[in-house]
Amino acid sequence: MLPLSGERHDAKGIVSEKINSIDILRGSSVLKRGFAHMLKNGVVMDVTTVEQAQIAEEAGAVSVMVLDKLPSDVRKAGGVARTASIRIIEDIMDSVTIPVMAKCRIGHVNEALVLQETDVDMIDESEVLTPADELHHIWKWDFTTPVVNGARSLAEALRRIEEGAAMIRTKGEPGTGNVAEAITHIKKVNDELRTIKAIYDSGDNQDLVRMAREFKVSYDIVEQTAKLGRLPVVNFAAGGIATPADAAYLMSLGCDGIFVGSGIFNADDAKERARAIVLATTFWNESDKVKEAQKMIDERQSMLGLDVNTLELRMQERGGSS
Amino acid sequence: MSLNVGILSIQGDVQENLLSTRDALNELGIDGKVTDVKTPEEISQLDGLIIPGGESTTIGQLSLVNGSMKVLKEKIENGMPVLGICAGMIMLSKTANDRVVGKTDQPLLGILDIKLERNSFGRQPESFESNISMTSIDIPKFNGVFIRAPSISDVGSDIEVISKFNERIVAVKKGNVIATAFHPELTTDISLHKYFVNLVNTSKN
Repeated sequence: MLPLSGERHDAKGIVSEKINSIDILRGSSVLKRGFAHMLKNGVVMDVTTVEQAQIAEEAGAVSVMVLDKLPSDVRKAGGVARTASIRIIEDIMDSVTIPVMAKCRIGHVNEALVLQETDVDMIDESEVLTPADELHHIWKWDFTTPVVNGARSLAEALRRIEEGAAMIRTKGEPGTGNVAEAITHIKKVNDELRTIKAIYDSGDNQDLVRMAREFKVSYDIVEQTAKLGRLPVVNFAAGGIATPADAAYLMSLGCDGIFVGSGIFNADDAKERARAIVLATTFWNESDKVKEAQKMIDERQSMLGLDVNTLELRMQERGGSS
Repeated sequence: MSLNVGILSIQGDVQENLLSTRDALNELGIDGKVTDVKTPEEISQLDGLIIPGGESTTIGQLSLVNGSMKVLKEKIENGMPVLGICAGMIMLSKTANDRVVGKTDQPLLGILDIKLERNSFGRQPESFESNISMTSIDIPKFNGVFIRAPSISDVGSDIEVISKFNERIVAVKKGNVIATAFHPELTTDISLHKYFVNLVNTSKN
C-alpha cells in the first residue's frame, strides 16, 4: 500500500471509462504516484537524441528525460528554453522500452497538455526551462499523466504535492556538475521532516498549525506528512550529479533515486559513466561496488563544474516563491 | 519453523511489498520475517521471494551483475515459492516482446513458458485500475492496479491461468510460482500476499 495523503477524488485528471463494458479508472493517485514508485532505486537520465536514449537504456536507466538541450547547454545558450521537439520525443518513445519523460515550463499549462497528448509517461514541470508563470505552477490534478516537480524545502515540496505533483525531486543547481545544492536541499527536507514528526509525536497540534501557515499549505497535508515521517510521494535527487560517488552519497541521504542531467552526456565517457552511475545507485551501500563504479569513469573526462556562488542564473530560484 | 521471506531489492517498489507481506504474516499469525534482499548470500537463505514492480530491464541487468540472477534461478527451479509482480512477471518469463519496440534481448529468468508482451496496455496515461477476479485461488474480487503493465497472450500446457482482463491473461501460476501483471502491493487488500505467504508456509513445513 502507498501513502495517498492530499489525494483529490474530484480531480479532472481522473477518467472513468469502459473497455468492452468493463469499468476502468485512469489518472488516479494510486496510478500516478504508483508509477513513480516503480522508478525507485533507479536512475533517470537526461537525453537529447535517440542514440543517447538507447545508451541510457542499455546502461540500466529506469527512464529517460527528453530535452532540447542538456541543462549545461541551456546555460550556455541563454535565451528562452522551451519544451523539446515533439518529433524527437516521439522518435525516442518508439525506440526504447523504458518510460519516457519530458520537461515543460513552470506554469505553462498548454505545453504540459501537448506533452500529455504526446503520451509521455511523466511530465517534469521544470526550472531548467524558462518559467512561463512566476506566480502559479500548473494545477496538476487536471492531468491524467503524472507530473514531477523540483523542491528545495519541505514547504516547496508540500505546495507542489497539494497542486497534484505525483513525485518530487530536489532542484539542486542544474547544469553545473556541482552536487552541493542537491545535498543542501535533501538535507533541508529531511531536517524539516524530522521537525514536524517531532511536533506530531509531541501532540502539539497548535504548533503543526503554525508550520502549515509557515509552509503556506493546508494543515491536513502537514499532519499526514508528519505522521508518515516522510514525503507522501517518491523523492529523487536532481541537479548537479556528475559521478557515481555523487549518486551513492545522495542515496545514502535517503533519496529514492537519481536524476542525472548534463553529467552523463556532457562527459566524454558517457557510456561508461551512465553504467557506472546506475551501479553506484543500485549498490550505494556497498562501498567496494561504489569504488568499482567510480573506477569506471575518468575524472579528466567529467564535465567541467561550475561554482554555484558565482552563477549569473540560479535556476533553483525559479518558481520557488509561489 | 519461522519463515524467511525476501523482497528482491535491486530496483522498484520494495517497501510496499515489505509492508504488505508483514501485514500478511501478522494476520495469518505465522511466525517469520520479511527483509529486502540483494546479494546471492541473502537470497540463498530464503524460503520465499517476491520480485517487485520496477523496470524489468534494470532489474535483469543488475541482478546479472552481482550474481543474484543465477542463485535466484536455481532456488526457483528447486521449488522455492516466488511471486513476480509486473516487472517480476517479465523477469520470470522465457521471452518478452515490447508492444512498440518488438523483441528485447533483456536478461530473464526463463521460468514460465508464456507468450508475454511488455507495456501491453499502452504507456502511463493508459495505466488503469479495474476489478478483476482470481476465483481459482479463492480471491473472487480484487482491485487490479495496472501500471504500464505486461499481458500474456498464450501459455504453455504446465501453466494455470488465474486471471484475465478483457481476454488478456494477467495472472498465472505454475506450481509454487505466481506472476501478476498488476500491483497488489499498491492496494490495501493483502489477500494475494496472504495466499503467497501460505504457499511459502506449506512449502517449508
